[in-house]
Amino acid sequence: MAAAAVAEAASEPPQQHQFPLPAVLEYPASTPPYLITQGAEGRLYKSTYLQPDIPCALKYRPPKPWRHPILDQRLTKHRILSEAKVLAKCRRDGLRVPAMYAMDEAAGWMMLEWVHGAPVRVRVNERLGDRKEGIDKDEGLKELMRRIGLAVGKMHKIGIVHGDLTTSNMILSPSAESVTDGQLDGTPGSLEGEIVIIDLGLASYSTTDEDRAVDLYVLERAFTSTHPRAESIFDELLKGYKEAYKQSNLALKRLEDVRMRGRKRSMLG
Amino acid sequence: MAPKESWIAIGCEGSANKLGIGVILHTPTRTTILSNLRHTFVSPPGTGFLPKDTAAHHRSHFVSLAGRALAEANVSPADVDCVCFTQGPGMGAPLTSVAVAARALSLLWGKPLVGVNHCVGHIEMGREITGADNPVVLYVSGGNSQVIAYAEQRYRIFGETLDIAVGNCLDRFARTLRISNDPAPGYNIEQLAKKGTRLVELPYAVKGMDCSFSGILASADALAAQMFAGKADFTPEDLCFSLQETVYAMLVEITERAMAHVGSSQVLVVGGVGSNERLQQMMGEMARERGGSVFATDERFCIDNGIMIAHAGLRAFRCGYTTPIEESTCTQRFRTDEVFVEWRD
Repeated sequence: MAAAAVAEAASEPPQQHQFPLPAVLEYPASTPPYLITQGAEGRLYKSTYLQPDIPCALKYRPPKPWRHPILDQRLTKHRILSEAKVLAKCRRDGLRVPAMYAMDEAAGWMMLEWVHGAPVRVRVNERLGDRKEGIDKDEGLKELMRRIGLAVGKMHKIGIVHGDLTTSNMILSPSAESVTDGQLDGTPGSLEGEIVIIDLGLASYSTTDEDRAVDLYVLERAFTSTHPRAESIFDELLKGYKEAYKQSNLALKRLEDVRMRGRKRSMLG
Repeated sequence: MAPKESWIAIGCEGSANKLGIGVILHTPTRTTILSNLRHTFVSPPGTGFLPKDTAAHHRSHFVSLAGRALAEANVSPADVDCVCFTQGPGMGAPLTSVAVAARALSLLWGKPLVGVNHCVGHIEMGREITGADNPVVLYVSGGNSQVIAYAEQRYRIFGETLDIAVGNCLDRFARTLRISNDPAPGYNIEQLAKKGTRLVELPYAVKGMDCSFSGILASADALAAQMFAGKADFTPEDLCFSLQETVYAMLVEITERAMAHVGSSQVLVVGGVGSNERLQQMMGEMARERGGSVFATDERFCIDNGIMIAHAGLRAFRCGYTTPIEESTCTQRFRTDEVFVEWRD
């Protein structure tokens, strides 16, 4: 497994970096970083932690030159510390999220466990293929939906709302036993594995049913716009949600209200 | 009969404290502003503009302003193709008084009415003036704060304020400091902010692509009260500076998030607050870093005006849209995404 990780880390093509790297990625000993995405918030790199066979994700929030430097520092620090706090809370309460390896909130980065697998979005789309019928009878897919619901329910139960739930922000991570031939990310179309919720940058502590309902509504909207043909099986997700979170009836009732009004209220003049 | 080669519209705007009347000329290839006049109701320092006083102001100035707009445009009522007016959103009484006047013009001249959404007016005028083709739009004024992008015949709202508008936050803080409302409270805050040096900590309230300003205002008001009581080591200039730095950073952040979401590198800033130079500068730096650019207009078009209503109304009119008089009521709540945008691809 370790050999596979090394091979994998080394197999990323070398990159020309368009953006300046954070200092932590410029040590001669570190594995050449690979830019995974460039979002509005910051950049996500893949590198290694301590040893060349431990891959990691490095989230870097570069300074925003248009913001007042004091405000910029305050926000960057606050956001990294708050994400770290949420991650620690999730792990303490047994919800599978990436482990936190290191951080430097003043320099604007945090280093997290690299979660092997593929985004749920990718696996669902592979499974759907170009099928138009029989999706609501696909027991494997329905079971996956329930597992997603279980993960979200557990997160809400421990008092965390995600803020940006989509099928891209969950990884389907294959279990160690199922990994063969160094296929750490699993096989296309396979729905085997554990749901790992990632990207908790907008997450917060909340135990109000309104916040939970909005979280579910955002997920529902994201799911039906990303996988329109699978809209009919979204209810399976809510079944898993109820199973994991016993007091969910109030949040689900609230979801009805949120659906009626949309996330936005009607506009005041 | 040869196809029509030119259209003229008069636009009447009065959703807040500005009464604006403008005359526009469209040809298949060009848009020409024939006149664009405005009369602003300015309330004394420490006060805001009340609906009934503002409506009275609009009623008393409408006829003379409309007459001057026609004269300056060198257009007679017979040349006008349609009478456009703001149907909402805005303050009820001022909207109604201008709608009544627009209906009167329509009946008097025998020309069709076209009701226009105020926000869509701002967006269309901004696109026309700057030539921005398909930008993410930040619409910020005394009544509205929205991040908008166009998709499939509608201007979709990606983010907005959850409580008061950013301009309302600035206007009310100007009242707290008893700054003059002439020419505009936001303008005077901007001038004071230029002399501020110290960043006083204020709340920062961004939730995804939405934001909130009421808590910031409450906090700034509390700091101002401390200052007036002689218990603070910061100045009104510092407070204006801090307020601007904080709320504009929030607006730039939600705009950047929307740009990343829709994959656009152009941003257009419209609405009265859009004429703030510091906001334009911050937005410009953000857009440049994303490999794009910011488009902004000056006070003639940023601040509420009649020409934008004429322009957006005429675009709809040329697609065959008119508002029958029995449906020409106006409304304080009229969301940007309710308008079917037939004139764009």
